[in-house]
Amino acid sequence: MSATPMWKKLLRVDVALLILACLLPLVDQRWRLDMVDPMRGVMVFAILALGLNIVTGFTGLLHLGMAAFMAIGAYAFAISSCDIYPFQLNFWWAILFTAIVGAFAGVLLGAPTLGLRGDYLAIVTLGFGEITQDVLKNLDVITKGTQGINPLPSPHVPWWTATGFGMLEFTSEQELPWYWLFLAFVVVAVVVCRNLERSRTGRSWLAVREDELAARCMGIAPVPVKMIAFATGAALAAVSGGLWVSMYSSTGEPGNYDFQVSILALCIVIVGGMGSINGVLIGSIAMLGIANIALPKIASVMQSAGWVNSGSVFGSPNNWKYLVFGLVLVVMMRVRPDGLLPAKLSIVNAKKKNNMEPTP
Amino acid sequence: MIMSQAVVSESVAPVAMGWGDVLSQQLITGVSNGMIIAMIAIGYTMVYGIIELINFAHGDLCTLGSFLALTMVGALGMEAWAGMGGTAAVVTLLISSAVFCGALNWTIDRVAYRPLRGKPKLALLVSAIGCSFILVNIALFWGGLPMEVFGGGNQAAAPKDFPSLISNENLLGAQSAITVTWRDLFVVIVTVPLMIGLTWLVKSTRLGKAMRAVAQNPIAAALMGIDVNRVIGSTFLIGGALGGFASVIYALYNNTISFQMGYRTGMDAFTAAVLGGIGSLPGAVVGGIVIGLVRALSDGYIEARWTNSVVFGILILTLVFRPSGILGAKLREKV
Repeated sequence: MSATPMWKKLLRVDVALLILACLLPLVDQRWRLDMVDPMRGVMVFAILALGLNIVTGFTGLLHLGMAAFMAIGAYAFAISSCDIYPFQLNFWWAILFTAIVGAFAGVLLGAPTLGLRGDYLAIVTLGFGEITQDVLKNLDVITKGTQGINPLPSPHVPWWTATGFGMLEFTSEQELPWYWLFLAFVVVAVVVCRNLERSRTGRSWLAVREDELAARCMGIAPVPVKMIAFATGAALAAVSGGLWVSMYSSTGEPGNYDFQVSILALCIVIVGGMGSINGVLIGSIAMLGIANIALPKIASVMQSAGWVNSGSVFGSPNNWKYLVFGLVLVVMMRVRPDGLLPAKLSIVNAKKKNNMEPTP
Repeated sequence: MIMSQAVVSESVAPVAMGWGDVLSQQLITGVSNGMIIAMIAIGYTMVYGIIELINFAHGDLCTLGSFLALTMVGALGMEAWAGMGGTAAVVTLLISSAVFCGALNWTIDRVAYRPLRGKPKLALLVSAIGCSFILVNIALFWGGLPMEVFGGGNQAAAPKDFPSLISNENLLGAQSAITVTWRDLFVVIVTVPLMIGLTWLVKSTRLGKAMRAVAQNPIAAALMGIDVNRVIGSTFLIGGALGGFASVIYALYNNTISFQMGYRTGMDAFTAAVLGGIGSLPGAVVGGIVIGLVRALSDGYIEARWTNSVVFGILILTLVFRPSGILGAKLREKV
């Protein structure tokens, strides 16, 4: 703890990842890696998973409906900014509004349900996810149903443009501005999560996770503490949704925010290590790397080698996602329940007296 | 309200239907679907009762059961089996699906759940979600089989038509306003004896006694010489087998199956199990019938597109306000 040398302090996963992320655009063009585009998805999902990490990792509440908050964020962003609605906020105000709506939705879901026990709460969050999707789909007067809301504004930032210093307007064709913008958001989200983890609130999250009864005895009221976790996690998820739709300039159809998305976020947190912020970053690179980079590459290699034809069910990379996510969950739970970069205090291996005892 | 008219005109109505006929029709459909849901719900409730796991993969297990049935129909050319052959076909399908689903459920427990006994329950739940996803993907690939019944292999993700092996003829005569078909009768004929048999098994056999003992206290049961893992394994086997029966009944009743249907039917069944009081067998049956009725009435009187939300709403409200369900015994508070 005491005298760690400076170089060791800097030798950290998050710093290393930040440096790599800053270097990537430079080598990407030179070596034609085509990584900038998929990395934007990685970063959006990293923010979503950071939100889930607060709820599931820090506070120990299994949440199966993160996609719902992403969807709420997406639609809050769209409705507050799209020019077919009366509000027409610019990007920055809309993102702020999105975060607030997300937090509010988190409280709305949490208020009646946070007293429930672990697996029941998980099912309630799942149900909430499904209902949100249905409502977005069916209230087509407001949400435009399956057409999605578009166009959506992109951010303007002061930058050097072709005409000298001025406002740089993002377009959907350019990849790099979005890349840097999302990287900035990830950095902010990581800093926020890290500070929250060390704050009084964060310590009470861990306390509630480790032993709710003991935490209560120490004067921590579990329900408000869980509520803050729900609200913060939901706000982060909503922001990720807002960023995502702003990049595509459309919310897409409500079916995009389905159970698979919630499970992808859960996979990220579990692969990385529940409660570990660096783990979430590594996990989102690993999971989306598999889903969005590796699978399509493998598919195209196999197609060009003539092993599968493109019409076959095995030929489409999307058709393997369920299998990959499922295997990740099952194998990780058996082999390495603490994830690749375990948090210092783990939930999965903590011996709790109330769990079912090992059977002989 | 507008939708309800559309529904009426769809279900072949030789005579103009009064509101009473519409309602009775929906009650009949509801009960038939409810019995199917109940059969699946039993699988959830048995597993939950014994190891407190929401066996997420159960619905998708049933999907595989109906995919197996469709494969057999295609491979053996069952559509052409006439007369008593039709009955033989249905019985063959029921039994093979039940054996398959039972064995598969036992294997899943052996591979994915048993190593996690003693770990926190959430780890088990996560593993179950993983299994569910794996099964969904297997069903997706299965749907790509180059068989005619699966659409020739290029329609993997599309819903499959299940041949109607059971007649859709109205038992009350073609002039009756209310339709009760052979299928409705078939659902009742198959499910009711199975439920009675299961109740007998749990109440009166050695295995049933062992199951109840393990559910109450696994350690005490082990000390009394019960092989806990074997009992849990047989619970999965029996629950899976019932799911297998249900999957064939579902396919024969609804005539369409898809690789994703396990998620919806599974959630309906889980809602039924929770509503009836999870861990209770009669509760699962009552819950199943209630959910079947709610679905039918919601399709008829609200709008079909809101039905899933209605079911999930019931699930959430039950969990929040009455977690022990309608018939649930006292809630065992185990964190």
